[in-house]
This record gives sequence, C-alpha cells and structure tokens, in this order.
Amino acid sequence: MLQSLFDDVKRMNKRQFLYQVLSFGMIVSSALMIWKGLMVVTESESPIVVVLSGSMEPAFHRGDLLFLTNYKDEPVRVGEIVVFKVEGRDIPIVHRVLKLHEKENGTVKFLTKGDNNSVDDRGLYAPGQLWLTKKDVVGRARGFLPYVGMVTIYMNEYPKFKYAVLACLGLYVLVHRE
Amino acid sequence: MHSVLTRGNAILAYSLSVLAVLTFVCFISTVFIDYRTNATMNTVKVVVKNVADYSASREKNDLGFLTFDLQTDLTHLFNWNVKQLFLYLTAEYSTPNNQLNQVVLWDKIIQRGENAVLDFKNMNTKYYFWDDGNGLRGNQNVTLTLSWNIIPNAGLLPSIFALGSHAFRFPVEYTTARV
Repeated sequence: MLQSLFDDVKRMNKRQFLYQVLSFGMIVSSALMIWKGLMVVTESESPIVVVLSGSMEPAFHRGDLLFLTNYKDEPVRVGEIVVFKVEGRDIPIVHRVLKLHEKENGTVKFLTKGDNNSVDDRGLYAPGQLWLTKKDVVGRARGFLPYVGMVTIYMNEYPKFKYAVLACLGLYVLVHRE
Repeated sequence: MHSVLTRGNAILAYSLSVLAVLTFVCFISTVFIDYRTNATMNTVKVVVKNVADYSASREKNDLGFLTFDLQTDLTHLFNWNVKQLFLYLTAEYSTPNNQLNQVVLWDKIIQRGENAVLDFKNMNTKYYFWDDGNGLRGNQNVTLTLSWNIIPNAGLLPSIFALGSHAFRFPVEYTTARV
C-alpha cells in the first residue's frame, strides 16, 4: 500500500510534483481567505466559535458551533447571547445578557449569566470589574450548528491525533493525482 | 482500484454530504416561520426599597420587588427545528441616569416535549430588580415584556417579542418593612 504510494511519487516528474505542491498551497490559502473574508463580512474578530463549556446547557453543549456577528450599529439587548473576553482569561465566554443600562450618549454596560449557572458572571469577570462594555464583546451568536466543533476539541486535547490528521491530508493532497 | 480505503472514503463522503443536505433542509424549512404569539401579564404587588447593593457599587440603590401573573400557550411554536425555548421576562424603563434600562426578572427554559402552557399567578421574580442608581421610586412607566430565544437543532437563533406587554408604575414612597 505505502510502497505503491511512494512509487507514484517517484514516477512523477518535477513539473507534476511542483503542481501538487501548488495545489496544496491553494487549499491552505483559500481556507485562510474564507476565514478572513468572514471576519470582514461579520465585523467580528472570530466569526465562528466552538462552545467549550456546559454553562449554556441545555441550549449549547460542548462541541457545538456558533456563528457570530458584531455589527457596531446593532445595539446589544437583554436576552442576547454574547461572546466576550475577560482580562486574564485566554478563552472567550459564551453567556446571555441579563441586565443592561444604556446612557444617552450610547455608552452601554451590561451583566451576563450562563443559562446553566445559578449566579451571574461577576465572579468570572476581572477583579473589580462589575460590568461588561462593548469593547469586551467578540460577537453576538446568530447561528447554531451542533456537534461539528467536536473535531477541533479532539484535536486540541490529543495533539497526536491532530498531527496524524494533518499528515494524512498533506500526503493525500501531495500524492493524489487527478 | 476498489480497495477498502477507497470504499470507506466513498461511504464517509457520501454520508457526510447526505447529513449536510438534511441539516440544510431542516434549517431552510423553518427559517420563514412567524414565531410570534400572544401573552398576557400583569403585576400584582409592586414595592420599592432603597438599600445598599453589595453585589455592585455598595452604594444605596433602588431595589424593586414585584409579583406577577403570566398566561401564555407556546405549544404551537415547537416544530422539528425547535430544540428549546428560552423565555425571559424583561422590565424596561428609563431614568435620568440612563436612557434605557433592561432588567431580566425571570426566565425559564422549555425543552421540546415539556409542558408549554404557562399560567402563573402571583409569581415571585427569579432575579433582583436592582436599578443602576435611584431611578425606580415614583417611576411612572416601567414596561414588562415577555420574549423568547429560539434554540434550533441547526439554524438561526432568533429572539421574538410576545404580542402583549404590561406597563406599571412604582410607588412614590420607599417601603421600609420587610418584603
């Protein structure tokens, strides 16, 4: 099996091999283009996030995929699901807005809570922080797709699995001939 | 040409694309449905106190207490692409401090298959009704609205306002007795 694969590579001439490398590069760069394009369209720095905790169960479970937008002129309102970053925490949090106070000049402060948590999020915020503001928000959840994010969770938890998948894909693209 | 690998690959690719098409059909078949419906609500007892808010600024803020009635039937909102409804009762008002205040007083998760006919009498709120300052006493126009956030199996996450709301006012004097 492997032997035949390497024979394939050996039989390729230089041009064919370069062509395969180029098509591999095309795949990588188009994935990057789609991600950056989504960032422009949704105005969010991270348009797709994977739910990592059970704090929004039973709505969202670990491994569900959320699609975010972050339009500046669309006001934040109570009941919306926001994804926000807290100083000192690497992982963004996905929770629902519970209270909101908006001043005449448009400055807004709000408090969030996870559906599955019994208390609000003041304990999760940075020490001394009582409210979230617009600059903490990464995006607002607009779309939902279950289970798909499980793949990335497995990849992060088992790095060997990640490298195996990457190696297989890379080898397949390089060796495969149309 | 027909090794185990190529056959497995074909089966995997085919089943994945069938799943993707089915998910998309599930999404597109429910995306244009109107999820609005009627709800009636009323406030029973309304008082306001002025106490220190230790969860926030530690200053004396207005704290409202109310009990409410709520009737609605959401059974017909459920279809094959509604996994769960997240109901929330919001109090909306404006104060000299803040042009817009929204406070969720009560919420409830209804999953598919659970009872969705609601008839509450004299319910207590689930969360404290703290104002950001002292804008509740004598406030003439506080609006209660019921909304629901639809959690689908796959698709959009719309928030829908119920048809029907209730406006009430807070008393002009603070209550000092225990509530």
